[in-house]
Amino acid sequence: MTGSGDASEAGRAAEAAARKSYGKLVAWLATQTRDVAAAEDALAEAFASALETWPRTGVPRVPEAWLLAAARRRAIDAARRAKTRFGAEREIVMRIEELHAEAGRDGVHGDERLGLIFACAHPAIDAGARAPLILQTILGFDAATIASAFLVSPASMGQRLVRAKRKIRDAGIPFAVPDAAELPARLDAVLDAVYAVFTQGWADPAGVDPKSRGLTEEAIWLARLLVNVLPDEPETAGLAALMLYAEARRAARRTPAGDFIPLSEQDTAAWNAALIAEAEALILKAAGHRRPGRFQIEAAVQSAHVDRRRTGRTDWPAIATLYEALYALTSSMVVAINRAVAIGEATGAKAGLAALEAACDAERLAAYQPYWAARAELLARNGDVSAAHIAYDRAIGLETDPALRRFLQGRQGSLDRLP
Amino acid sequence: MGSASRGRFMETVMQYLLMIYDDESAFATAKPEDMGQLMAAYEAYTQALTASGVMLGANRLRETSDATTVRLVDGKTQVLDGPYAETKEQLGGYYLIDVADLDAALSWAARCPGASTGTMEVRPVY
Repeated sequence: MTGSGDASEAGRAAEAAARKSYGKLVAWLATQTRDVAAAEDALAEAFASALETWPRTGVPRVPEAWLLAAARRRAIDAARRAKTRFGAEREIVMRIEELHAEAGRDGVHGDERLGLIFACAHPAIDAGARAPLILQTILGFDAATIASAFLVSPASMGQRLVRAKRKIRDAGIPFAVPDAAELPARLDAVLDAVYAVFTQGWADPAGVDPKSRGLTEEAIWLARLLVNVLPDEPETAGLAALMLYAEARRAARRTPAGDFIPLSEQDTAAWNAALIAEAEALILKAAGHRRPGRFQIEAAVQSAHVDRRRTGRTDWPAIATLYEALYALTSSMVVAINRAVAIGEATGAKAGLAALEAACDAERLAAYQPYWAARAELLARNGDVSAAHIAYDRAIGLETDPALRRFLQGRQGSLDRLP
Repeated sequence: MGSASRGRFMETVMQYLLMIYDDESAFATAKPEDMGQLMAAYEAYTQALTASGVMLGANRLRETSDATTVRLVDGKTQVLDGPYAETKEQLGGYYLIDVADLDAALSWAARCPGASTGTMEVRPVY
């Protein structure tokens, strides 16, 4: 259903249009029947034939009408099967026909995708299935592609997705934005799932793997959708900004030869100014709500890094303060490590090491690469060469990305040239 | 409940069993006034369910010391004293309700006094 990786401009345009319309129609049909799997079944062939036809004929004026016309028969069959459960067949069939007429004129009114996203990220759904479920239902990724992005076998990913869809149907999980009282907690789960989509794409830094290429764009697209429909939730804007800042630096984080370039050494001219401007506007608007949160603070850290474009230097004390606030909010080990690095830059390696030791349990982090890499850098800067050697060995041994491994080996090699 | 897209035309078609799991030994040793207060809270909760028109049935169960298990082994009825499984918290009662969706069922379960003294399990009915 996806991953045509190669492909011409026409092919990509067709895929993007098909996927967007597909998600809208799946959401609409699933909301009517409460049956995500049946809605997907109804549209699967239509989607495949759109991907085959549209690159040749061009994207139709009303993509939804095209897809629904191709899927209508199966959608009605699915509604008839749903009848045995709900006794609402006639009404569903009538609505499908109405939608068909409406779509033929000017596309589908209304958007049920948000409700579907909230169903996918419902707390009653296994946390590990939420992001994959969103990828499949809203964006039309197939189970095999999702499995490879999340490093699990296609069979177990397929099982996870089937189970989650069955739970949505049989447990009566609603397709709706929750009430105001429930919204903050439920929105967190949605944002986490969208961020998980992004980080899965980000994990392929060189962008060489066609399977995970596009995940970062899809996550940003979802975040923009959330910002549009929930403009009063500053964390949605925070998440969108955070991802845009990262995406803006994509091209700058590798040399043409594929070597890793740390953030502080990246050429700011290679950063995408348009994406940065969009991120800055989002974070500013979010701050106006005066309800800080995890994603807003993380975006603010990125904003501080990006400011080097203007000032020529990195404001480490500001970044350390932001990580302090983030650590107070999340108590996360990952944040503790970043905070220690920032303190090391702002106040000195000794203070950074102290912060690292105080917050991190080396035993628990025995296999966590970023801890060892941060520790090695701080030890090296503190002149503790032999301990730094050992820490670099651990970090190199735990790294999976060859470019990062080469980078760490280079750093380790330069230890011997220290005065 | 709030959103325009909620419920649709399939409103109140889902039945859920809210099962109350509690440590019954804690109740056996509880002070009478505490038990009185808890029972009053259950009564108020039951009334709220009834007044909202979602209540289909409810019962409190006697302790697991009064439970008897039965199974047929090689064609012979085998009767044993005690519950099916020994657990830290035991099924002590249930409510059967009729609501639009899982979120409505979960918010009713959260209001049940059992949610603060023990654990509620919410199961949809076939």
